[in-house]
Amino acid sequence: MISKKVADVHEALTGVKDNMTLMFGGFGLSGIAENSIAELVHLGVKGLKCISNNAGVDDFGLGLLLQGKQIDKMTSSYVGENDEFERQMLSGELEVELIPQGTLAERCRAAQAGFPAIYTPAGYGTEVAEGKETREFDGKMYVLEYAFKADFAFVKAWKGDAAGNLVFKGTARNFNPNMCGAAKITVAEVEELVPVGTLDPNQIHIPGIFVQRIFQGERYEKRIEQRTVRQRD
Amino acid sequence: MLDKNGIAKRIAKEVQDGYYVNLGIGIPTLVANYVRDDIEVEFQSENGVLGMGPFPFDGEEDADIINAGKQTITTLPGASFFDSAMSFAMIRGQHVDLTILGAMEVSENGDIANWKIPGKMVKGMGGAMDLVASAENIIVAMMHTNRAGASKLLKQCSLPLTGVACVKKVVTNLAVMEITDKGFKLLERAPGVSVEDIKNATEGTLLIEGDIPEMQL
Repeated sequence: MISKKVADVHEALTGVKDNMTLMFGGFGLSGIAENSIAELVHLGVKGLKCISNNAGVDDFGLGLLLQGKQIDKMTSSYVGENDEFERQMLSGELEVELIPQGTLAERCRAAQAGFPAIYTPAGYGTEVAEGKETREFDGKMYVLEYAFKADFAFVKAWKGDAAGNLVFKGTARNFNPNMCGAAKITVAEVEELVPVGTLDPNQIHIPGIFVQRIFQGERYEKRIEQRTVRQRD
Repeated sequence: MLDKNGIAKRIAKEVQDGYYVNLGIGIPTLVANYVRDDIEVEFQSENGVLGMGPFPFDGEEDADIINAGKQTITTLPGASFFDSAMSFAMIRGQHVDLTILGAMEVSENGDIANWKIPGKMVKGMGGAMDLVASAENIIVAMMHTNRAGASKLLKQCSLPLTGVACVKKVVTNLAVMEITDKGFKLLERAPGVSVEDIKNATEGTLLIEGDIPEMQL
């Protein structure tokens, strides 16, 4: 067994520097790498270019990095629910590239899977396709989108082991598996680091080969953005 | 005239047995409340769940189980979770039968704009561009006019587009219309709404052939 286990979040983020391109799993606040984000705030690295479906909320998730003006550029599909983000975007402090959600997922997957680019129908005929190569296949138009190039990917899983194998829970899975192995170094934080051999190989979502560093996360807040419930009859 | 729930109720009639359906945020989400009990339908949410159920009971909400609107949800027997790439494989690969989404503007050739108002609102397209670029059956649920009273059914969209020539049907508080080569073909009137009312609220070409029936809800 090749061990990917590191002692803690400090060791996991060794080598993160100013101006790097970082990927973050998560959809809204669900399945975000809470520990790694907190450590990035602590490190105070600046000039970051972040790839993440969303940008967190004002006081949580990537919003924490925005508060500290640590991010220069965001590549996302949806950035509502964040006033500070909007302020920085409108003032020009923050560069924002908005791309279709499926394109974001597939640009991660392309990087993970060794494809330099992919053709997608999403965005054809819109401003998203401006300046990009387009091509017709079987009478339909597609846009060429390049694989991401990133230095680190920060993902969060439910369970994992020292081999780097990961299992996700519910919709906290989202972009996390697609970002594993899509950057030079993938850092996985898990709610539960279990002994090697206890995860059923049939049930593993991401094999450890895609993960370089894994650690047991702490104090997960798992904040809910929209608490919607129904009453019992 | 219909309210938002009325629009959802009318669209629910378009949902057929065996359909996999993606519901957008807003009015489309309400459609799930009105689908007939005697048919089997599975709702997909692009953040990675198929077989979405109702909201959880108070106290049973789980931060790890949400829909694309970031609302806490439940799953039904037979449900599955998956990653974002697989979710959009379902969408782009045309495995989803029906997509229902909201819009700020729709043009008479089926273009849709719903993600950006330059200088005012830039939240992003989320999954909407993937959905409209691929889905074969797209129904737009929206109010016929905006808050200022201007028509949202136009000859040409004025806002940045989400997709081109993709919308098949539009259901508003006033009418049901089909997108045809020649424009918006009026199919049904909302209760208490005249053809004249619909004409006045529609900037794009409105095709009126014969008697237009009132919606059955």
